[in-house]
Amino acid sequence: MSDAVSALQGRVATGDVTIADAGLQGMITLRCDLSAKSLKAACKTMGLAIPERGQISRSGDKALCWMSPDELLMLVPYADVAGSLASVEQGMKGQHYLAENVSDARALIHIDGPFARDVIAKLAPVDLHPDSFKPGMVRRTHLGQIAAAFWMRDDGAFELICFRSVAAYAFDLLAASAKAGPVSDVRAS
Amino acid sequence: MSTRLANEGRLLNKGKALSFTFNGKNLRGYEGDTLASALLANDQMLMGRSFKYHRPRSVVASGAEEPNGLVNMGKGGRFEPNQRVTTTELFEGLIAASQNHWPSLEFDVGAINTHLSRFLPAGFYYKMFIHPRPLWKHVYEPFIRQSAGLGKAPKDRDADSYEHFHCHVDVLIVGGGIAGLAAAVAAGERGARVMLLEQTAHWGGRAVVDGAVIDGLPAEEWVEKTLQALEKMENVSLRSRCMGAGVYDHGYALAYERLTDHAPDTNSLRHRLWRIRAKQIVTATGAIERPLSFAGNDVPGVMLAAAVRDYVVNYGVSVGDRTVVVTNNDDAYRTAITLLEAGLAVPVIIDARTQAAGPLIDQARALGIRVETGKAIAKVKGGKRVTGVAICAQAGEGSVLEEVACDCVAMSGGWSPVVHLWSHCGGKLMWDADQVMFRPDPEKPPTGDKGQPFVSTAGIANGHLFTAEVVGDGWAAGRAAAKAAGHMKKGAQAPLGEDQEEGPISPVWLMPQGANYALRSKAWLDFQNDVKVSDVQLAAQEGFESVEHAKRYTTLGMATDQGKLSNINGLAVLAQSLNADIPNVGTTTFRPPYTPISLGAIGGAAANDLFQPVRKTPISDWSNDNGADNEPVGHWRRPYAYVRDGESVEDAVHREVRNTRENLGLLDASTLGKLIVKGPDAGKFLDMMYTNMMSTLPVGKCRYGLMCSENGFLMDDGVVARMSEDTWLCHTTTGGAEHIHAHMEDWLQCEWWDWQVYVANVTEQYAQIAVVGPNARKLLEKLGGMDVSAEVLPFMQWREGQIGGFDARVFRISFSGELSYEIAVPAGQGAAFWTTLMEAGEEFGIMPYGTETLHILRAEKGFIMIGDETDGTVIPQDLNLGWALSKKKEDYLGKRAHLRSHMADPHRWKLVGLETLDGSVLPDGAYAIADGTNENGQVNTQGRVTSTYYSANLERGIAMGLVRNGPDRMGEVIEFNKVDGTTVKAKIVDPVVYDKEGAKQNV
Repeated sequence: MSDAVSALQGRVATGDVTIADAGLQGMITLRCDLSAKSLKAACKTMGLAIPERGQISRSGDKALCWMSPDELLMLVPYADVAGSLASVEQGMKGQHYLAENVSDARALIHIDGPFARDVIAKLAPVDLHPDSFKPGMVRRTHLGQIAAAFWMRDDGAFELICFRSVAAYAFDLLAASAKAGPVSDVRAS
Repeated sequence: MSTRLANEGRLLNKGKALSFTFNGKNLRGYEGDTLASALLANDQMLMGRSFKYHRPRSVVASGAEEPNGLVNMGKGGRFEPNQRVTTTELFEGLIAASQNHWPSLEFDVGAINTHLSRFLPAGFYYKMFIHPRPLWKHVYEPFIRQSAGLGKAPKDRDADSYEHFHCHVDVLIVGGGIAGLAAAVAAGERGARVMLLEQTAHWGGRAVVDGAVIDGLPAEEWVEKTLQALEKMENVSLRSRCMGAGVYDHGYALAYERLTDHAPDTNSLRHRLWRIRAKQIVTATGAIERPLSFAGNDVPGVMLAAAVRDYVVNYGVSVGDRTVVVTNNDDAYRTAITLLEAGLAVPVIIDARTQAAGPLIDQARALGIRVETGKAIAKVKGGKRVTGVAICAQAGEGSVLEEVACDCVAMSGGWSPVVHLWSHCGGKLMWDADQVMFRPDPEKPPTGDKGQPFVSTAGIANGHLFTAEVVGDGWAAGRAAAKAAGHMKKGAQAPLGEDQEEGPISPVWLMPQGANYALRSKAWLDFQNDVKVSDVQLAAQEGFESVEHAKRYTTLGMATDQGKLSNINGLAVLAQSLNADIPNVGTTTFRPPYTPISLGAIGGAAANDLFQPVRKTPISDWSNDNGADNEPVGHWRRPYAYVRDGESVEDAVHREVRNTRENLGLLDASTLGKLIVKGPDAGKFLDMMYTNMMSTLPVGKCRYGLMCSENGFLMDDGVVARMSEDTWLCHTTTGGAEHIHAHMEDWLQCEWWDWQVYVANVTEQYAQIAVVGPNARKLLEKLGGMDVSAEVLPFMQWREGQIGGFDARVFRISFSGELSYEIAVPAGQGAAFWTTLMEAGEEFGIMPYGTETLHILRAEKGFIMIGDETDGTVIPQDLNLGWALSKKKEDYLGKRAHLRSHMADPHRWKLVGLETLDGSVLPDGAYAIADGTNENGQVNTQGRVTSTYYSANLERGIAMGLVRNGPDRMGEVIEFNKVDGTTVKAKIVDPVVYDKEGAKQNV
């Protein structure tokens, strides 16, 4: 077996806001009844709580993102995907659910810097005002002309996922948005 | 002449002179000038020619409503036509040139049209050029095209960059005049997130020019103080040079920010398009002064009264030494007073009202200005420049009482509130007969999802003409909007404005009221489109009674200014002609944007490399490094062929076709859709989705399936593999990945919501590579890891295991008729796996092949392609795929539709092979001609070509097509049309022209 490579293969665009390939990230798409006790239990064994609508719940290097009323995205280290899938399978036995490894189907990009909110707000129709969008929230939306989802870390940096095939577009778009600078609050002239 | 005054110009920085050129002439202005004020300061009155009659024109206004002052600006990558001189801030090195004239601005040949205007009335083009039909295309249109058009189209790629910005606010306030500022303070104090937009570079609107008094302060000081207070509010954001362009459903609004138009040639962004979601929108957009309709009201030097005032106060420019003021209201007296105070002469104020009394009139009289009431302008004297006016009685027909020499005419027909943004999303208007204006009807605002009003209007835009009302109304609107958005904090008191009393306005739609035809045909309504009072009257006379019809017939209000000056005057003339009330005639529809916005801003970042996302497979980079000649397939770029040095694309295709049949080919099939369908009801669900039976497919096996829409038309096909007891993997076409996923979700969410099925699109999780050709198995056996023998992995089965150390799913399926394995590996290892195959395959003659070879190989085998053999009107029966329509299943999507008489018609065009007698390649899409002609005189048809290629294996053209009763006509020769008008003969044959028995794939 050969070493897997991420779609962006480590690209970085350095600036006041830096856009960087986050490398390989384990991702499992999970569809089921989010209120099922077995799901809660299965996630608990992995140290994860079921997130509220529009939220991400984290525990160490793992996280669960709310994606829709019957869909979660599980984030685990790339090497742990098979094990995590097995845990889910174990916990959800006998239940109707779907769990698929989508780690390679996606790209994960970090957006880090003082006006990271602006960089995304130029591209996504999301209220990114600090009073509205806070760490712990996840938004499934679009970025320019592609589908994307993002959340904010406690340190104010953003993590954004998109489909692998459009990773280069997403990266270039974010890099251009960062390079164009912040949308300063120009007052009276 | 127009010139610069010594002591005026509140916006000017006279310490900083700027040089610019107009029509190649070097001119100078100051920082703070607009291009309009700078041109006037240089006595450049003539700025362009009108659209239809090529009449000399100068600015009539001082702001966004300007219809005449449009110029070509910049050069090269920064060239742009139709730039409005009144909203263009002057900068060092500005290059401008006038439009729509030939050979020169001063002498224009097209001006002959003005003498022919009697022969160019409204609807002239419709009447003149309708017959004979062919002349329009070949003679009239090319000729008219040459003489029409305002600016030149840019030739170079836009050198600037643009962006969008999304933001959400509680209260969006459009307009930074005193009403907007008061609204912003009120809403801000309540705690709402507020955004205040001002389209110009300056705050305060008209109040600062007209010397309003608020809270005991001159407006200029109050504005400054209020701005300081707003800047301290963290919840309030102020943006100047940012125009509210449009209001749309659900509180969506667009704003157009001009970041560097006033300082171009920098590397920063030029425009930003704000995409705003607001809970509440307050339009405090002010009002636009109306022109008066009298003969010669378009002669350079005739201007709106407030514009004349603006040029003096803001820019220190006098349009003329002697200005005649003509009005139907008190406000224009301010212009006369301002001019007098600036040391200029006002020989007479012509007031159409029979009575004029009040403080402003008294003040004017006290300054010694002659006021003539009940009078009108019979006509303006002068051609390229006003030289005087002829005065008559307003009540009469235009008999001249006296002539007064002047070089400027300041006209005021009253004020029309800017109701555009209020109206964009359905806000209704009411007619205010006392103030002679349409104003927003507060009972009929635009409403949101729950029926709640989401737009309100404030100040002059709301029909309040006086300072006290304006600031009070702005304040109240801001408070109410904040409250409606859920913010209730207490705030300070409303500002108090002070006013001079003004007398009533009198409606004047034509001057003099009984003007004869000669005068009416020189009284302009729409300056930019050259529409006169006589044109609108003619439209009414000819039966164009609806305001929308009259607009289109006369082109009134259809120019780039969208009738900001002309609409109300035009519809009043129409109402009079129809003997109807103005409110019964109504207005035309107000549509965004308020003034034109740049295409660059609309595109935002989507330019050049970011114009459109290009999808890449894990193998795309390798392909591009190895000669791929790509073709677009949706947003993907797939290699059409891998071209080697010295080869043409065609050569490469022929080589790839032969090599795949003889040795070994490799295809990047990663773009094919892969949908996981799982759940207790997944089998039942797939039996509904596909025409054939999928629930009975054993685990480990594959089946080719067809999908029809509800209407029975074939929409997708692909191989379905059973992964486990409750899980299937459905392959779709490349184009079908997303929409078949959506199609499945649609049925699951909307129809069969109680079925236990989940679908996941895992298309991009895998790189899928087809290993195709007689040597395919040898290659996989060499790499090792799993048994791929015919016994262990027979045709139409799949296994999971390892190939050369890669985790792989191997599908023994074939779209080429060759021994073929499609191998899926995780996308992150796709490129490595491809390279491994290429290297290990060298000894077996491996070559990558592209989509054209894929197409040729499948066509040789008679396999259909969605999009070639299907076009949304084709059913499986047409393609002889009746075998895939399950007879056992009670139902599936499309089954019922297939029973319709037309679907069951035995004479439908059906799939056959086509072999040209001369071996040539049939033109794609060619029709098979039949005897006779149809009712339109066109040749009858009996079929068409759906796929056509040159087969390097057979060394001749091959084709498939749909032909009436085709399968029953084997061996018959029919004729297909060619674009050169000749035909080509082809024999109807079996679509399978290569290895009919399937010996090659079943080894």
